[in-house]
Amino acid sequence: MTATPAAAVPDVTPILEVRNVSRYFGSVIALKDVSMTVYPGEVMCLLGDNGAGKSTLIKILSGVYHPSDGEYLVDGQPVHFTSPRDALAAGIATVYQDLAMIPLMSVSRNFFLGSEPQVGWGPFRRFDFKTADRITRDELSKMGIQIRSTDQAVGTLSGGERQSVAIARAVHFGAKVLILDEPTAALGVKEAGVVLRYIAQARARGLGVVFITHNVHHAYPIGDRFTLLNRGTSYGTFSKAEVTREEVVAMMAGGEELDELAHELEEFARADRARSAPVAPDQP
Amino acid sequence: MSTTAEAAPRPVDERIADVSALRRLLIRPESGAIAGAIAIWVFFALPPIAGDTGWRTMGATASYLQVSAELGILAIAVCLLMIGGEFDLSIGSMIGASGMIMALLVSERSWNIWPAMAVALIFALAVGAVNGLLVLRTGLPSFIVTLSTLFILRGATIGFTRQITGRTQVGKLNQADGYDLAQRIFANKISIGGGNFSVSIFWWIGLTIIATWLLLRSSFGNWTFGVGGSFQAARNVGVPVHRVKILLFMGTAASAWLVAMIQAITFTGTDVLRGTYREFYTIIAVVVGGTLLTGGYGTVIGAFFGALIVGMVNQGIVFAGFDADWFQVFLGAMLLAAVLVNRFIRQRATGERS
Repeated sequence: MTATPAAAVPDVTPILEVRNVSRYFGSVIALKDVSMTVYPGEVMCLLGDNGAGKSTLIKILSGVYHPSDGEYLVDGQPVHFTSPRDALAAGIATVYQDLAMIPLMSVSRNFFLGSEPQVGWGPFRRFDFKTADRITRDELSKMGIQIRSTDQAVGTLSGGERQSVAIARAVHFGAKVLILDEPTAALGVKEAGVVLRYIAQARARGLGVVFITHNVHHAYPIGDRFTLLNRGTSYGTFSKAEVTREEVVAMMAGGEELDELAHELEEFARADRARSAPVAPDQP
Repeated sequence: MSTTAEAAPRPVDERIADVSALRRLLIRPESGAIAGAIAIWVFFALPPIAGDTGWRTMGATASYLQVSAELGILAIAVCLLMIGGEFDLSIGSMIGASGMIMALLVSERSWNIWPAMAVALIFALAVGAVNGLLVLRTGLPSFIVTLSTLFILRGATIGFTRQITGRTQVGKLNQADGYDLAQRIFANKISIGGGNFSVSIFWWIGLTIIATWLLLRSSFGNWTFGVGGSFQAARNVGVPVHRVKILLFMGTAASAWLVAMIQAITFTGTDVLRGTYREFYTIIAVVVGGTLLTGGYGTVIGAFFGALIVGMVNQGIVFAGFDADWFQVFLGAMLLAAVLVNRFIRQRATGERS
């Protein structure tokens, strides 16, 4: 890890901050008193098991939900987003796991969907494919992503490539904060590694990255700081120097339960060994 | 990672196999419809089928092109809507309703034909917008929403017309002010090589060109593919998804209005039942043209040839002396075949790994 987390520098304004936000759905408390900061050039991992409130928090960050309580600040200024478009305009881009790309459309059409470059005038203004293809290719190669051709359908890309293209798109369109919703969840080991590398690239380019996952093995190597959610509340934020991978796992899943599980599994293993011991010598 | 080395344009990627020009052509969504159109023309032109019926004459060409044109104008708009992920079953009734609004204003109120046409257009656009708003606000499938508009519009057209005139037909539009100009624009015949070609054919071709440009070259076209391919994904990147869908619904209603005007002016009158079943024929033309029912994929050129096929079959059966009852059997079988072929083509086009 070369980058020193900007968080270590006290006088830098967080690029994004939530203070004591809560969100209620009727009588359900989805999120209670959660605070979090994200600085430029760091990867903030938002960790938690299913139902911890990760999705609710990122929906607040990306402008889908309004917090029921608490403050939301971008660059130190309070904001009130009413739609994902507002958040996008403020430089907060969210890449959703399944909803990042449209499979039947080409890579460059996807890349510029909603922000098409134009040429011509009046009623003859049209999609500038030349520019779109060139920028798409440039942006992807800047991130070190190789695709075969910009006019192939996104459906022909692998899951990791799709996430990577979506990240490159967000970076190109001036995102200051990149919110990645479980980008590695459906991916194989190698593919997840590819996506993690692009996250590192985005950080190197000075973006603040919020990386949502429940996989500590993906989060720990890339993360600079970790915010742990459990049942709608925050366990707090820890920098990498303060916690070990095992401690993070333990906090995420509730440590005692995991210890118990490990103990049980060991018992099973011992029983198995005992049962198979007499026949073992006959095996070649 | 040697990013600088990779930034240089690499002309060929070893991971993509060379695709022959023929195969690239074959996986275009419209190729099936073009091949089908040629096959059907050849079939009706075969000596044992055609005999001396004159299928190859300009006269016959003009006749099937006119049928195709009136269907094709609808198919263009429905194609765009289906690529945008929605259905519109109400267009058949809209033909009856907008034609009758125009005809009643002319015959009962003695309006000039042009303002009457404008009122009918405004009505059509309003119903299209309501269809779109209902679909988006309720989240109900457009199939259901427009099925109900189909019945409401048809019933209301019959009800009001009978109440006002006591009949179900309104005629004598040719006595209205402004009819001559309208006739030249919407119902003229142009003689080419012995065939009298309806001006609607030129509307059809012109609108196909405009819609193709719109779909493939404009931002709106990109948004249309986007909302049909994935509504949420398109919304997440800032596409005005509601506006796109409502405009597409207004487009289908406007196309029904145009066909209604062409028919009413051609026949100098209209009937409350005009346009019955047109919604289904149109969907067949669009699907035969390679557009996916699920949205996000298709071409207007394909819909053009789909409409040509339906028109040729419609007239070819008459020319060949078959019983016209078989038209529907043929249409149904063709739809089924087209859906199967399209599925295959789409899998090839996107290289889907299933």
